[in-house]
Amino acid sequence: MNDQQEIPLWEVFIRPRNGLAHRHCGSLHAADATMALQAARDVYTRRGEGQSIWVVPSMQITASDPTQKGENFEAQEDKIYRHPTFYEVPDEVGHM
Amino acid sequence: MDASLHFDCLVRLADDHMILGHRLSEWCGHAPILEEDLALPNIALDLLGQARILYDHAGKIEGKGRNEDQLAYLRLERDYRNLLLCERPIGDFGHTVLRQFYFASFMGLYWSECQNSNDQILREVAAKAIKECAYHIRHTGEWVIRLGDGTDESHQRMQNAVADLAPYVGEMFHMDETSQQGAIAGLIPDVSKLAATWHAQVAPVLAEATLETIEVKPILGGRSGQHGEEMGFLLTDLQFMQRTFPNMTW
Repeated sequence: MNDQQEIPLWEVFIRPRNGLAHRHCGSLHAADATMALQAARDVYTRRGEGQSIWVVPSMQITASDPTQKGENFEAQEDKIYRHPTFYEVPDEVGHM
Repeated sequence: MDASLHFDCLVRLADDHMILGHRLSEWCGHAPILEEDLALPNIALDLLGQARILYDHAGKIEGKGRNEDQLAYLRLERDYRNLLLCERPIGDFGHTVLRQFYFASFMGLYWSECQNSNDQILREVAAKAIKECAYHIRHTGEWVIRLGDGTDESHQRMQNAVADLAPYVGEMFHMDETSQQGAIAGLIPDVSKLAATWHAQVAPVLAEATLETIEVKPILGGRSGQHGEEMGFLLTDLQFMQRTFPNMTW
């Protein structure tokens, strides 16, 4: 297919409430950033999910190589001492 | 205020929104891309939400026990008083977004004026509809610009849409006896006074879209119940459930 006829893909990030981070929620097709924001509003915030939207061209995302999964991530599996689960958290701290 | 005048003014406004909402809903499952398959029904639902409140209110003003379903689904064709613009077939996507852009631009001004209406429910609908309308204008306006200033084919299709819809623009701003009396009573805006602002808002978008505006003699009729041939087919679809299963509810 002719590349020029392909509508670019965008990744959508929604911030559900003030104080929380934008979270990836999916992707969509749009001709440019303005239309991508509108499409994101129409596709991903229909039920009041968002206070703020980011869209990023999927092309701009550099992803890790799935074939390097072993060397990237498996080496951490036996290093449980890196998890902060050996501490007593007082109740007063609440949600962490 | 005369109840029958009040009723007439509310029902024609409700009819505009329901008939156009129905037309938009025809795109559901058929839009050119998935994103628009959600965007167009979103707009349709906004319009139907506005129509429901207006029908319900109109039924109470009339005082003959008709509810929103009876007003929406069980009148005869000549009793519908929507703008002809709202009942035009969806055409291609260009026709649909241009018609929506025209209507939303009109209603943006209309609802803004309705904030001064002496009808409290109309003021409440206006407060909600102004925000919804602002998005409809923005979304459809962006499409008009991109399709008009897009490829040769999209430009030609948009220009055709401008030509096809041109005769139906004037009716939005036409004052008949009901609209004059409604405006004098302080119920609804004087639509003839919205025309200049509407043109001033629409013209820059069409210019950016490299589309030529076309001025033609307006076709009137919707406000007096004289509809195009397509209206009968629309109502057949729209009324099917209530006529087949009277008083059914979901």
